Amino acid sequence: METFILIGITGIGLGALYFLVASGLSLIYGLMGVLNFAHGSFLSVGAFVGYWLARNLGPETSMSEFILAMIIGGLAAGAFALLVEQLLITRLYDRHIDQALVTVGVSLVVGALLGGWFTNDLQIFPTPLWFYTAVNVGGAMIPADRVVYIATAVLLLIANWALLKFTRIGLIIRAGVENRHMVNALGVNVRLAFSTVFFLGGFAAGVGGVLVSVYSNGVSPLIAGTYLIYGFIVVVIGGMGSVPGSFIAAMLIGVIRQFANYYVTGLGDFVVVILLAGVLLIRPQGLLGKARA
Amino acid sequence: MNALSVKDLHVKINESHILHGVSFEVPVNKVTVLLGRNGVGKSTTLRSIMGFYEGTGSISLNGKEILGMQTYKIAQSGVAFVPEDREIFASLTVRENLSLASREKNSDAAYKLVYSLFPELDTRASQIAGSLSGGQQQMVAIARALLNKNEILLVDEPTKGLAPKLVSEVAEVLMRVAEHSTMLLVEQNLSLVKKIAQHVIVMDQGRVVYQGGPEKLNDASWVHQMLGVSGGHK
Repeated sequence: METFILIGITGIGLGALYFLVASGLSLIYGLMGVLNFAHGSFLSVGAFVGYWLARNLGPETSMSEFILAMIIGGLAAGAFALLVEQLLITRLYDRHIDQALVTVGVSLVVGALLGGWFTNDLQIFPTPLWFYTAVNVGGAMIPADRVVYIATAVLLLIANWALLKFTRIGLIIRAGVENRHMVNALGVNVRLAFSTVFFLGGFAAGVGGVLVSVYSNGVSPLIAGTYLIYGFIVVVIGGMGSVPGSFIAAMLIGVIRQFANYYVTGLGDFVVVILLAGVLLIRPQGLLGKARA
Repeated sequence: MNALSVKDLHVKINESHILHGVSFEVPVNKVTVLLGRNGVGKSTTLRSIMGFYEGTGSISLNGKEILGMQTYKIAQSGVAFVPEDREIFASLTVRENLSLASREKNSDAAYKLVYSLFPELDTRASQIAGSLSGGQQQMVAIARALLNKNEILLVDEPTKGLAPKLVSEVAEVLMRVAEHSTMLLVEQNLSLVKKIAQHVIVMDQGRVVYQGGPEKLNDASWVHQMLGVSGGHK
């Protein structure tokens, strides 16, 4: 039973990391139809800014310093995402192939710059000592860092829900995901919603970048690619444009992957691909996505 | 005096030349009905006025050029649009649909007007708009357009697909709205058109072929020749 709980919760922890990457991807695609391959570079920017800050804050990173590094990393990634949107994406709306090429280009340039500056080797991310302890859940000793991943993802999901549900910009974003041309026709500048979504997506990816670096035992420009692929899989399974759908899909993938890997080493990725194929065949719009006419 | 003036408007969509030098005027405080057979470019004309399509020529609103402006700026200039397929936001509630459309700081009077025209929207404010009937969705689409002070209302086939009883209800609302608005209406329902039209424009193959008073609508042979439908009185 303890093993079951341990694998289940570590799977949810992994799913939380996938969700942090996927939530922004999902909203950006749902609202703007932009297939954003630069999203991984937002993750890298957040990870490296957080890493740089945590290293310079003191010899031993406290929990509050780690949270500060995570928030600043998220803000830096959000600002970078906004810059990419303003400088490049705004010129390429409705030009999907050009968007894909340009965003792939951004991710390659950012990866090369970070690799040149910090090298591609894993560099240990300074973390609070508490991360190396374990938390007892139903007799299973869960690594404490998993609790941080899950708490961050849940906080982000709640913040996201509150923003979308209770604010005017959230209303514009929800309407824009359905029909951005009609939002414009009502006299509302949907571009402001685009920028907000890019910033928020970048912020979530940046926070995710810091946590992914902790999970991966260090920060490296090469990490982003793997998580970006999983982010896309989560978005497709959860449904384009649906943040709750991304949350459910991320948790599902994290848990299934962990269980599969526990019983047959290396089977996790294969099972996830089978799940993706199954969803595409049975429900192409994803778990909570809306079928496109 | 004209609220809207369209001159030599050419619009191409995906290399297809849809509008070939369309020119017409929409007089202030009158209902102008845009008529024509299916596919002659009526909806494209309305959508081009809203800035959905790029074009050449001129579209001026109260003397101010709006061709080439972004759609949201055109709407803010005072052009309200009720699209052909309603295009309400199906996942939002009725209240959210209206709230999104409302740009006035003090919107109480506008909401009062809307709820007096459509009392049902008040009682169904919390209902998800996608679960409304076709007629109720049309009410939401029209209500959205009435929540702001507009210079002109563009209404595209508001009775399309509605049951006869609902057609009468929508027609009644349009006539009430028309009492104090400038309206450019695309409509196929000839009996409604005859009741409401004060100025008529007929299009054929992307061009305006008639512009004038509504009296012609009573000439059955003219109606048949222009619109390909029977109507009017000999």
